[in-house]
Amino acid sequence: MKRRTLLASAAMGLMLASGAFAQGMDKVKACFVYVGPIGDGGWTYQHHQGALAVQEAYGDKVEIQYQENVPEGADAERVLTQMALGGCNIIFTTSFGYMDATNAVAAKFPDVKFEHATGFKREHPNVSTYNARFYEGRAVQGTIAGRMTKSNKIGYIASFPIPEVIMGINSYYLHARKVNPDVQLSVVWAFTWFDPAKEADAAKALIDQGVDVIASHTDSTAPLAEAAKTNGAVIGFGQASDMAEYKDGPRVSSIIDNWAPYYVKRVGQLLDGTYEQIDAWEGIAGGEVLIGEITDKVPADVKAEAEALREAIAAGTYHPFTGPINKQDGSPWLAEGQTAPDGDLLGMSFYVEGITGDIPK
Amino acid sequence: MLRLEKRPTPSRFWLYATPPVAVILTMVAGGILFAAMGKNPFEVIRTIFWDPVFGEFAFYLRGQLLVKAGPLILIAIGLALGFRAGIWNIGAEGQYIMGAIFGASVGLAVFPTENRLIFPVMVVAGAFGGWLWAMIPAILKTRFNTNEILVSLMLVYVAETILAKASTGFLKNPEGMGFPGSRNFSSYPAAANPELIAGTGLHWGGVAAFVTAILAYVLLTRHQTGFQIRLAGQAPRAARFHGVSPARLVVMCMGLSGAMAGMAGLFEVTGPAGQISIDFNTGYGFTAIIVAFLGRLNPLGIVLAGFLMALTYVGGEMASTNLGLPDAAIQVFQGMLLFFLLAVDVLTNYRFRLAVGAH
Repeated sequence: MKRRTLLASAAMGLMLASGAFAQGMDKVKACFVYVGPIGDGGWTYQHHQGALAVQEAYGDKVEIQYQENVPEGADAERVLTQMALGGCNIIFTTSFGYMDATNAVAAKFPDVKFEHATGFKREHPNVSTYNARFYEGRAVQGTIAGRMTKSNKIGYIASFPIPEVIMGINSYYLHARKVNPDVQLSVVWAFTWFDPAKEADAAKALIDQGVDVIASHTDSTAPLAEAAKTNGAVIGFGQASDMAEYKDGPRVSSIIDNWAPYYVKRVGQLLDGTYEQIDAWEGIAGGEVLIGEITDKVPADVKAEAEALREAIAAGTYHPFTGPINKQDGSPWLAEGQTAPDGDLLGMSFYVEGITGDIPK
Repeated sequence: MLRLEKRPTPSRFWLYATPPVAVILTMVAGGILFAAMGKNPFEVIRTIFWDPVFGEFAFYLRGQLLVKAGPLILIAIGLALGFRAGIWNIGAEGQYIMGAIFGASVGLAVFPTENRLIFPVMVVAGAFGGWLWAMIPAILKTRFNTNEILVSLMLVYVAETILAKASTGFLKNPEGMGFPGSRNFSSYPAAANPELIAGTGLHWGGVAAFVTAILAYVLLTRHQTGFQIRLAGQAPRAARFHGVSPARLVVMCMGLSGAMAGMAGLFEVTGPAGQISIDFNTGYGFTAIIVAFLGRLNPLGIVLAGFLMALTYVGGEMASTNLGLPDAAIQVFQGMLLFFLLAVDVLTNYRFRLAVGAH
């Protein structure tokens, strides 16, 4: 028998054993695939908090399984297959690099639901994708950065030149410039998601250039640790998780990824039979992006301004990418009053006007 | 008091007894670790060593063992040739990456041409990429007497940076909406390296691993070059009197191990991995060093060691997912294997003696 048919029959058996689908389920086995360790204090930690929230919400009606440190590629495919064979009803794959593996395994297990974080491929009806509008949080950070910088030099530790990261940089810069037209942005590309040593080097390089506000799109606390060595001269933000341990030091606010509402919702839909394939992209309004407490280092008026921006985004009255905005080369992108279509953001491969330097090609 | 005494000649018994003893000690110490974590140690050990081969899902996992063992064996055999001669190529991970990039570049350059020659040419390009990357430490060593351990290791990080550049730049999928990663070879038949027999996990990389194992065995036991390699490792001075050029040997051993690592990378990128991506390399080049030593630097031993190592990965994942063991515990378990191997290995060259009278 061919492997494909074997797998299909195994999946069929699982489906029969777990009862009919459309009517909902008595019990759901929800499985999570993590790219890092659950103790990374950032990206994976937040996903695991979401998994724990699912357990909390449904108690005995769900069983949670997870696997840490799964490399992207062939290993992910094996882990996903093992999970599907092992009876998982819904599998959350929590890194962009799992995209092809998720779709490949989903083809073999049509009755298992797959949820891929931050990707765009939904090649099969049982694959959904979900992401968060982190650029909304970057707008709030940019506002604080523009107001707080004394040197008018702000920095950004970027991971990889993908749309997700580029839209964060653009949003951060646009909102810093809005409150401080003299602001200059330096971007350092670390080419990693999680590497405390490289992140610390990047922070050092920025500080040496005179940067006094650092934002990062990497997952460790190393940039904050580096900023802490400057005796308060340099401030920064928590990334992915609150990084509250630096509240007394350089951390003035944070962007918190909050996956719990989405995970609880999707598993709940599977339980009550209302589950459908979707492409979810929630932000501050949906509670997926939280702004961590703005500390007293930030003057009250700046804090109020940042919080007002957050509320406007939450209420839907303000979009962080509202024209007029030109691209870096001066060509127009958004006309006066026009807001960025999601498609433009998801494929973003250019800096906005005013940012110096090139995106690595 | 016990003390260590050097054996006049290495013990043949311990040379071959070391790996099984190390495995048993790892199971015992690992079992204690798992028990201390509140898991049933017998269940964990069974999940790691038994279930992938004979358990409920063995029909799928057996093939996965081969997928995982193939590149380990191929790289480890190349490394073993050098290690035998006392040439320490620690940078197979980098050569693996460069092989994948070179081979994939050739395939992607001619996309979407369909021609039966494309895949073989890609294999050659992959081997060339690995060879080229290994030539840097080899030539620096023979010309300037640099340390090949350091240079080859450092070049791994250079290769990783080039890999990131490739996935976000020159090999990026033009239809990938700006996201990093090359085209997927699974949708390009002429350049793909699919499973040869469905359900077995065997692809061309596995075939290459077995063929290489046999060739390397013949080379080491029956061929003049194999004799020179062994002699250079055991008695460098004698080797020089015997007309062995150290420089030639360095270039040859580094080149062979680099080419094999490069081929492994090419087979992986066109097969199981499917594409060039930022995190394409997952440590095969480093794990292969353990495999080489676990297999006693003997090609046939390496084949067994490759499968054992694959078992700890695949079984370890099962234990982690099904029994809720943290990944770190599995890594400790794998680390113990090397630790006990090196510890027991002492008995090959030394023996314990009861010392009369304290020193």
